[in-house]
Amino acid sequence: MKRQLPLMLVFVFGFAMIIQYFIPHQASEWVNAFFMDWMMIIGVFALALGIWSLTKVSWDKVKYKKSNWQYAIVTLAGLFLMIFFGFDYFRHFSTPVGSNNYMYVKFYQHIVIPIQSTMFSLLAFFIASAAYRAFRARSLLATLLLIAALVIMLRFNPLLGPLQPIMEDFSVWLLNVPNLAAKRAIVIGVGLGMVATALKVILGIERAYLGKD
Amino acid sequence: MNIFDRMMSLDRRWVFLSLAIVCVVTYLWDFSVPITISNEVKSIYDRFDSLQEGDMIYMSVDYDPNALAELHPTTYALAEMCFRKKVKIIFGTLSNLGQGMVDQVIRDIADSVSHDATYNGVFYKGREIVNGVDYVFLGYKPYPAMVIQAMGLDFRVPFPTDFYGTILDSIPIMKGTKNFDQCKMVIDMAAGNVAEMWITYGHGNYGVPLALAVTGVMGADMYPYLGSGQIFGLAAGLLGSAQIEKLCNNPGRAMDGMRIQLFAHILIIFFIVMGNVGFLATRNRNKMR
Amino acid sequence: MEWSTFLWTTLGAFLTLCTFSFLYKDNPFYKFAEHLVVGVSAGYFALVLWHQILIPNLFERLNDGDWYLLWINSSRFWYLIPAALGVMMWTRFSRKRSWISRWPIALYMGIAAGMAVPREMQARVIEQLWSAMRGIINWGNFFSLDATAGIASVIIFLGTLAALFYFFFSKEHTGPFKIVSNFGIWILMIGFGASFGYTVMGRISLFVQRIQVLNDWTIIAWEPGKGGFKLFWFLVFGVFIIWAVFEIVSFFNRRGKVPEA
Repeated sequence: MKRQLPLMLVFVFGFAMIIQYFIPHQASEWVNAFFMDWMMIIGVFALALGIWSLTKVSWDKVKYKKSNWQYAIVTLAGLFLMIFFGFDYFRHFSTPVGSNNYMYVKFYQHIVIPIQSTMFSLLAFFIASAAYRAFRARSLLATLLLIAALVIMLRFNPLLGPLQPIMEDFSVWLLNVPNLAAKRAIVIGVGLGMVATALKVILGIERAYLGKD
Repeated sequence: MNIFDRMMSLDRRWVFLSLAIVCVVTYLWDFSVPITISNEVKSIYDRFDSLQEGDMIYMSVDYDPNALAELHPTTYALAEMCFRKKVKIIFGTLSNLGQGMVDQVIRDIADSVSHDATYNGVFYKGREIVNGVDYVFLGYKPYPAMVIQAMGLDFRVPFPTDFYGTILDSIPIMKGTKNFDQCKMVIDMAAGNVAEMWITYGHGNYGVPLALAVTGVMGADMYPYLGSGQIFGLAAGLLGSAQIEKLCNNPGRAMDGMRIQLFAHILIIFFIVMGNVGFLATRNRNKMR
Repeated sequence: MEWSTFLWTTLGAFLTLCTFSFLYKDNPFYKFAEHLVVGVSAGYFALVLWHQILIPNLFERLNDGDWYLLWINSSRFWYLIPAALGVMMWTRFSRKRSWISRWPIALYMGIAAGMAVPREMQARVIEQLWSAMRGIINWGNFFSLDATAGIASVIIFLGTLAALFYFFFSKEHTGPFKIVSNFGIWILMIGFGASFGYTVMGRISLFVQRIQVLNDWTIIAWEPGKGGFKLFWFLVFGVFIIWAVFEIVSFFNRRGKVPEA
């Protein structure tokens, strides 16, 4: 019941989905649609777990006055306010009127967008620093990597003068020939890996997702 | 510590400061960077250009605010082009915070399309964009692979209602629209592995003509799919967006941003060269000893 | 200009600067912004789940039933099954009952794995292999620099094989095998270099966009033209330099005191 049933479920449904792919009949498509529909509903409950977990962690931080607990209040306040606005000040629960609530939209546009995009823009600085520290022509391989990166970075640079069109052509060739070959090998490798893992899951060889007893 | 050692071990905050100063100063300086068009971007534009009034496309806005810098310009330029040409758009998103992105695009483009404009020598009179007639916004659903698979069967399976809670069958442009078969193409603006899911489950399963606009980080990884014809076009990063803006004759943030890229790249190359000069000099010195 | 526009855009600019302050070092302003965005994003996403999935995909379909009967009298009562399976997920938090959550997880894993096997095989492996082989058959103008035909196809084909060889063949890479695997790793390095070049461009453009937004804000908040923008950055760098000087002074003060203590 605790281990055998889940393993059986994985096998039966996994196998059914593989067979489904090869049967272009309406009934098979109906089964497909049915599964997809159900999976989305089941999945939502799993996503809700994430939000619940965040709330619990933040709440515990405040409750037990752990380090930096003051900031957990900010998180909880943000969460609560968004929910308050998203339900249109707790007036509409069953219709998405709140999705157009003034404060809900403004909070997204003037809090989420600036902070999230700035956080990722910090990476510009870190990648500059990483390039400076790590890009050393230590060997032939490192030099190849360096040259390819430089070509891609310089290809649209008009300051190169007459060299610019040559660089442009070379970058097109580099992206479409050696880069394509390398990435194609990776795509094939990843594809084979995914299929192998999926088969291991279906056949019950890979069981990590079940957790411990 | 001699000069070569110093060249190799500059505090990272100096790198940060120089990058910030170079970017800001370049931004203040008005000049434009010539943008050459690559074939993979041109083929996206050509497909859009060949669309006729009344045609329908599916636009998947699969990015969060953290990738908007690179992908918003493409979304804006292509959505505006479609609305100007009276091509209908089905918007959808498979990214957690993506529906705010679509919401913003629709609000801004509706405002822009309400004014007269001329693009590539063609005059377009300003008009009002009507929800349900010019576009439909399906909203967000989690688990991209399953949503794409389900949409290929019928949009109504994952999306019984649109973003605003309207039943799909009561929306004018969804009448007679069942799945991707009624769409001329799918364009996916993606940050993350959603792009590959569109290739596997959208193109692979249903053969939808697919184009990708992806972030720079993913750009080089998408070339095998371009080579195999699984996607018909690819616009990667800010450069891809700038090319789209140039082709659409609708300059925006991407074309504007390219001049900053220019000097930022030169600065980074300068730092790489500096580090390497220090490294090679130190290595030679050690060898001589 | 409306006051609300001024206040909202100023809030956005302030939060942008709070986040940028991390470049100097971690500080309360950054922590505030970081925690705020986590909370607000989670709240936003919670509402998305509610309005976009739970309501239309589940409750709307059950709405002809009665809630106090747990919708069992609904005409589409079978939607209660995925709902029940979803609720089972929540037993994950209980140590005793967490095994119940394995059923929905198993169902999900089975369907996801079953979906992946033929489709990933087709899209990633077969299509790519086919494309590599089709290229080599299509000789076209052999010595042209066209990336789609001729010598380029041969390089793509051999490069792909060599890179796969480097990845997959566990046989010791000596003799002729070494040549193939070396070629494979050269090709891979060029590929990684191209990715890195693109990544640099991608990351810089994120910063570029923030500069553009801050410029828009100075225009909205202060005046049309670039005077406000210059003044704004002058102030930002000014604060940065004052902060740096303060840090240096306090560093030397500390350094003097430590041996005494």
